Amino acid sequence: MRYMLLIYGNEAGMAAAPADAVTQMSSAYVAYTEALKKSGAWLGGDRLKPTQSATSVRMANGKTNVLDGPYADTKEQLAGFYMIEAEDVDAAIAWAARCPGASTGTVEVRPIWEMTEYLSEK
Amino acid sequence: MARAAAEAAARQSYGKLVAYLAARTRDVAGAEDALADAFAAALERWPQAGVPDKPEAWLLAVARRRRVDAIRRRLTSEAGRDHLRLIAEEMEARMADEDLPDERLRLMFACAHPAIEAGVRAPLILQTVLGFDAATIASAFLVSPATMSQRLVRAKTRIRETGIPFRVPERAELGERLGTVLEAIYAAFAEGWSDPAGTETLRRNLATEGIWLGRLLATLMPDEPEALGLLALMLFAEARRAARRNAAGDYVPLAEQDLVLWDDTMIDEAETLLRHAAAKSVVGRYQLEAAVQSAHTTRRLTGCTDWVAIKELYDALSVIAGSPVVSINRAVAIAEAEGASAGLSALDELGDDKRLYDYQPYWAARAGLLARLGKVPQASEAYDRAIGLERDPAVRRFLQERRAWLGHAERH
Repeated sequence: MRYMLLIYGNEAGMAAAPADAVTQMSSAYVAYTEALKKSGAWLGGDRLKPTQSATSVRMANGKTNVLDGPYADTKEQLAGFYMIEAEDVDAAIAWAARCPGASTGTVEVRPIWEMTEYLSEK
Repeated sequence: MARAAAEAAARQSYGKLVAYLAARTRDVAGAEDALADAFAAALERWPQAGVPDKPEAWLLAVARRRRVDAIRRRLTSEAGRDHLRLIAEEMEARMADEDLPDERLRLMFACAHPAIEAGVRAPLILQTVLGFDAATIASAFLVSPATMSQRLVRAKTRIRETGIPFRVPERAELGERLGTVLEAIYAAFAEGWSDPAGTETLRRNLATEGIWLGRLLATLMPDEPEALGLLALMLFAEARRAARRNAAGDYVPLAEQDLVLWDDTMIDEAETLLRHAAAKSVVGRYQLEAAVQSAHTTRRLTGCTDWVAIKELYDALSVIAGSPVVSINRAVAIAEAEGASAGLSALDELGDDKRLYDYQPYWAARAGLLARLGKVPQASEAYDRAIGLERDPAVRRFLQERRAWLGHAERH
């Protein structure tokens, strides 16, 4: 099954972290990504730029609203994601626990709603 | 401290009541339902007010009072009411002078029955004997709370509907069946142990609870060498807890631990247990693993580790309980006794067991040996795998440091 690992963290805290902690975090992510790839679990994934670079778009009554900033103002912000292939949710949780982001923030595990599933549900 | 003692007493009495009820009805869920409110009240009250003289009678009285209270609707299940009536009748006669018979051993054997899915046995024991909630157990075993709760419910239904017996097996089948109980207890301990910092109190408790269960088992089955062996093994490991992290919270490998931080009392107790077990002359997996730990702790007295003895213990373990974990530890012992390249060959013999791909200790061991042989690029690759597979940030930092130091030795 495919799962999305959504990595949330405190952006301000990350920005204030000392340089060596940042280097350590980056190299941990490199190693984590490599481990995912070597075990055949990796399908995709990327880091996102901070929420200050975000733009939110909404359309209501035929009028488009473009706003600066993220959709929701929360304590932890979406910072990146992985798409992985895992046998079941337990295996996906095991990968989430290894994600360096899990020890500084939260990793949300979400199963992908496969096209085949919702076509068959109709 | 008083709080911990009160909680331990509450668990003790709760477990006894659940076991007593379930052993008579096979209805574990009903027994838990009947006592849930009373147990919650005990966990809240006893730490402040102290443990009552007759803890089981207290729990039962509260459970009965709640039943007639408005809170009654929370005890919706018929089974819960039946349980209470049943126990109340017997207890009234009994409680005045004697204690409740301890049926927890029978409950443990029911929970660890081969007809119960292996992965849910340890969680089931933690819940029924110790009263842990599904969410706490789920975090420790790395599954979602909803899933854990479902698995526990299913297992309890299975106990009732398949007619899993609440009894201690006869001699003839005891060996194998005891094995599943020991394994479940060890699994609970290991989940707590995998959080070495002990910073997360919930997990720390799980190692303590594993030891508590092991102690209970060893008390109830004092003639079973493997029950004693398991308790010894857990005590040896727990004795080193304080030494596994330095003041800054960094990981300290066994070889570099400050011996002063090892808990001598716990080690001595473990040694005594192991001697008692050995006197029964029936070797088993847990006694051998405890003997490995014992060999490690002799460093306390002699200043050095007898790696040849450790390697021989792992040889014996490979024969009776071979697993990738045992093979990796054996390879590490070979490296210490005969040199890094012999150790590496032993690791290579594992070939391409698919299970090792995602197994951090394999890559960490490999990286360490390759580094010692000066094979920098391969060592660095193996370190990367280990780093990527590690979930403990402190161990991850440690591995990253080791990786960063690769090649420095040669350059100087």
